Amino acid sequence: MKTPAPLINRYKWYEMIGIYCGIFVFLCFVLAPFVEGFLVSLKPLSQLFSSPYRFIPENGSFEAYRTMWVSVPGFGRYIFNSFFISSIVTIVVLIMVVPAAYAFARFEFKGRGLLLAAFLAVNMFSGAVLLIPLFRLMRTLGVLNTYFAMIVPGVAFLIPSAIWLLRTYMMRIPKELHEAAYVDGASHFYTLRRVILPIAMPGITVVAITTFIGSYAQQFIFALTFNAKSEYMPLPVGLYAYFGRQEVVWNELMAASFVGIAPAMIVIFFLQRYLVSGLTAGAVKQ
Amino acid sequence: MSMNRSAVIFAWLLLAPALLYVAVIVAYPLVDTFILSFTDASLKKTTEWVGWVNYEKIFNATFAEVIIRTFVWTFFSVAIKMIIGTFGAAMLNTAVPGRALFRVLTMPPWIVPMAIGIFMWGWMYNGQFGMISGMLQRFGLVDSPIAFLAQGSTAFWATIITDVWIGVPMVTLYMLAAMQAVPQDLYEAAWTDGAGRLYRFRRITLPLLVPAMITMSMLSLIATFNSFDIIWILTQGGPNGETTTMIIDTYRTAIGSKKYGEGAARAVLICIFLSIFCLCYFRVTSRLSPGEKR
Repeated sequence: MKTPAPLINRYKWYEMIGIYCGIFVFLCFVLAPFVEGFLVSLKPLSQLFSSPYRFIPENGSFEAYRTMWVSVPGFGRYIFNSFFISSIVTIVVLIMVVPAAYAFARFEFKGRGLLLAAFLAVNMFSGAVLLIPLFRLMRTLGVLNTYFAMIVPGVAFLIPSAIWLLRTYMMRIPKELHEAAYVDGASHFYTLRRVILPIAMPGITVVAITTFIGSYAQQFIFALTFNAKSEYMPLPVGLYAYFGRQEVVWNELMAASFVGIAPAMIVIFFLQRYLVSGLTAGAVKQ
Repeated sequence: MSMNRSAVIFAWLLLAPALLYVAVIVAYPLVDTFILSFTDASLKKTTEWVGWVNYEKIFNATFAEVIIRTFVWTFFSVAIKMIIGTFGAAMLNTAVPGRALFRVLTMPPWIVPMAIGIFMWGWMYNGQFGMISGMLQRFGLVDSPIAFLAQGSTAFWATIITDVWIGVPMVTLYMLAAMQAVPQDLYEAAWTDGAGRLYRFRRITLPLLVPAMITMSMLSLIATFNSFDIIWILTQGGPNGETTTMIIDTYRTAIGSKKYGEGAARAVLICIFLSIFCLCYFRVTSRLSPGEKR
């Protein structure tokens, strides 16, 4: 990075201006709701509901960040629920995906390609299409209005991309390691536990992060449909109930949203390198 | 290593948990949906076989409209996502200072809980006090406030824009990865021959990007066709059903009105469309993959 840029990458001044303008316009679109949302959270309600529209808050304060805990009584609980559900989902996904990805990466058996495609096809059907039978299934299992009602279907729809992602990672582990262990008389299971797992740890971490983020970001439809108890609601649905009221206290809603997305933001900034590779690798066809 | 029997058995054992899980939670409901679609299942105790009645019912005037609307909605959403995403990727693919930061800054819409991003848009679309209407008035582009979500035509586009916003980061990062996979020596050769930057982009980058564009459009098409949260939170399919897509209509029928049978028939129809897309996707990617080394 410290070597001077090659000539081909030197830009003329007008090209620089053009590129930065392009990036600015692009990022404006991507970030505008966050900027606006944040500014709204700082505005007192009276200023929010006044015309003409003002972008920059006048004597803005963090008052809403204090009052929201009172107005949204379950707020702390919702955040806890979101974290709790995502954590359990991540653990269950990992338990099933690590062995499955290893099987797809290292073993040859009849129907492997077809099975892999079938897993990928699961991704194509969103939960929304299967809501009716899932609802009946949850009712039969007696888990409606519990954490399980959100965890159980959530796991199923995160398995495919996790398998896909981890398989790609495991295929990069040299075959020789496996063979050497096998020749030394190690069982398949021992090889997986003692040889493959430690090496695959970085890949497993990436899968864990993306699964957690995926689960945290997508808790809506199952939570909306399969759970009616506010003590189990994850953050998005908890806030949606609040959002749906007649008089929306927008500054508090935005403040609550920002506190709710803070964990995701922190993750982005610390783990973005893994995230970019992880999230795109899942989509790139092998 | 020779794959002996014990290895194959071990492989199936490794696969079993995930396989069983997906079979119970995805495959079984899929079959159940199909069966339910031929019954009059609802909240009442008994369920009767009704044959094709549910399918006949859904092909009334409004549902045909819903299907067309879904396709139009999906088409525009995917097209705009691809255009903005490819534009963003091209910008982020330049070697300007700060690009690492800019790349990180594209991710938030994808990473934050979807519903929360949608709340923010909900406020921005607010007629009297929202940002978009406010800004438009301030710059004198419109005279009176526009309540974007209260009128059918604007609500239709408003939901599309929000869907685009959520999908753009993924498209951008995917297209960026594809752009970075273009061999650098092609650019250098063209550069030596005196080709300008735009010319190189048009004649080298874009043509080599076609496979990635097709793959991404297909993935995006499937995801967009399934889109539920955005429309449900912003308009619930209203006003006057003008943002009701197939998924929304299915949800309303099945969960809202508890007509499971009729809802299932709609879901089956969605599944048929999705299967077609899915087959196209596999078809296209298997044809493209020999050239694509990733």
